Amino acid sequence: MSLLNLPDPVVVAGLNHSFGSGAAKVQTLFDVHLQIKRGKLTTLVGPSGSGKTTLLTLMGCLREIQEGSVQLLGHELFGATTSTLNAMRRRLGFIFQAHNLHESLTALQNVRMGLEVHGKSKRNEFDAAAAHILTQLGLGERLHYRPAKLSGGQKQRVAVARALVGNPEIVFADEPTAALDRETGLRTVMMLKRLGELRGTTTVMVTHDNRILDLADRILRMEEGRIVDDR
Amino acid sequence: MRVRGANHYNLTTLLQWLLGRMPIGWLQLVSNKLRFFAAGTGVAFACILVFVQLGMMGSFSQATRSTYRILNADIMISASDSNGLTDGSNVARRRMFQALAVPGVKEALPVFVGKTFWLQEDGNRMELTVIGLDPTRVSFVGPVLDQVDVLQLTNHALLDRRSRGLKPEQLKGVSPQTPLLLEANHQLLTVAGTISLGGGFAGDGFLIVSDQTFLRLFPARSSAAPNHILLNVESGQNPEVVAAQIAESLAVDSIQVRSFFRAVEDDVIYQTTRRPVGLIFGFGVAIGTLVGLVIVYQILSTDVADHLSEYATFKAMGYPASFFRSVVLEEAVVLALVGFFPALLVTLGIYSVMAKATGLPIAMNFERAALVLGGTVLACSISGFLAMRKLTHADPADLF
Repeated sequence: MSLLNLPDPVVVAGLNHSFGSGAAKVQTLFDVHLQIKRGKLTTLVGPSGSGKTTLLTLMGCLREIQEGSVQLLGHELFGATTSTLNAMRRRLGFIFQAHNLHESLTALQNVRMGLEVHGKSKRNEFDAAAAHILTQLGLGERLHYRPAKLSGGQKQRVAVARALVGNPEIVFADEPTAALDRETGLRTVMMLKRLGELRGTTTVMVTHDNRILDLADRILRMEEGRIVDDR
Repeated sequence: MRVRGANHYNLTTLLQWLLGRMPIGWLQLVSNKLRFFAAGTGVAFACILVFVQLGMMGSFSQATRSTYRILNADIMISASDSNGLTDGSNVARRRMFQALAVPGVKEALPVFVGKTFWLQEDGNRMELTVIGLDPTRVSFVGPVLDQVDVLQLTNHALLDRRSRGLKPEQLKGVSPQTPLLLEANHQLLTVAGTISLGGGFAGDGFLIVSDQTFLRLFPARSSAAPNHILLNVESGQNPEVVAAQIAESLAVDSIQVRSFFRAVEDDVIYQTTRRPVGLIFGFGVAIGTLVGLVIVYQILSTDVADHLSEYATFKAMGYPASFFRSVVLEEAVVLALVGFFPALLVTLGIYSVMAKATGLPIAMNFERAALVLGGTVLACSISGFLAMRKLTHADPADLF
């Protein structure tokens, strides 16, 4: 069976979400329904405050589901235990806008953390795997540099390497190309797209970067907590 | 693919091997060298504080025990208000004869204890604890009195060569043929030999004399009222059992009858836990531990707060809570070790200076070093667990 014939990795149904409580309660998502195909690059676009990031964090097991259903890789996240959420997170890759690299670790060590989370098997191969992906991203000469010695673009590439090194089934990315120049940004997105084609890795990306929209398989536009356009 | 420089930090590699994961805690600590140095210095300071207090307490115990090495007995009868060898009321000598009548008691010896001062030529005034016993009763003589025979001569004495305020050259060459003369209590004493005890906390040193010389030095004292009575039991008899039989037989509240071993232990407990000076040292240990706890807590809680977003990232990646606990614990243990070993070296120097200055038997031993190391690791771990509470604030959703 082809990877692409497997069930949809993300199925969202009747999802509502609010912040605050009582009079200060603000609803950010309204009855969101969504299915994301395996191996595809899906982008979430829309104005600030439209609920893109909230939807991304809910699908990525980073927030508790308040109402509705999110089925991730066949597991229901509503009411899931902490250990289940941790196990699910290990099957995902995250790329943050603010890279969030560990300042005390070198580029190689930061990427290694993306492998160590999976356990002790093949521990002696971790460094080689981390070095390989960093080299692919053009950081072969910066393996032992700490983030403070790297440019913004280089840091973001390390963060991308950290997210991808563990072969995640889904990559959730929040503005991953914001700190990258056009060429590196396109190369990074192409890499994510190629992973989808080769391994069936699904990518869900929040972006304002019009340069990469042409590469997306699907563009979801959100406004005021609802999906208003699906192309 | 072989990664050049991956083994650059040998200690990191070693820790990685020991922990079975990247030593995040260690790498976090060494990335800010100034803070790491300050933290290590703080822990070392607390360790030194505890070491010094324990050293004083230990010397207190050792000095107390050493005093008893003058004597050798199975049972000791003392006044009921006596807490040690050098204090308490006198005991009526007739108790000795009554004790001798108890089955199992082999022999008895009265021991006299007093205080005198030796005003030296340079004006230095030494307070000496004088112990008087019959030098012919060698079965009651302890291992440190190897020259006890000289005490059979009138007004002859053995002086503690480790007494505070005594210059080494003063006792150089002292022997029965070339004695040192000293005046105490209007008596001229002939110091014909030396013993090695150390000043202790009761006085500057010890002077051992015969019971006859003692009574000459202290004319107000009576041979019928010694300070303690020593007893030896027949071969095969249990001193504890015989002591209980004597106590039952004598049945008087004014005295206490204990095995010699029990008397020594009671004295040590009294000196270290009930006397103000012993309590002060114990309090010092508690303060040192508290200082260490606070320092490490401050360092670790600041470190956790500084790395919250990084911990949140690891949470987002799926690292479980146990991972974060092990990182903070790793930092705590590293701080404990980094503080402990320099503190141990500094303490050895401090002990050496203190021993020379006070004449007290202050020295490092394996048990104390192991105790402080274990205590440091435990205290740092407690601080680490307290600092972990901040980890709950690391919310991966905040990263977006």
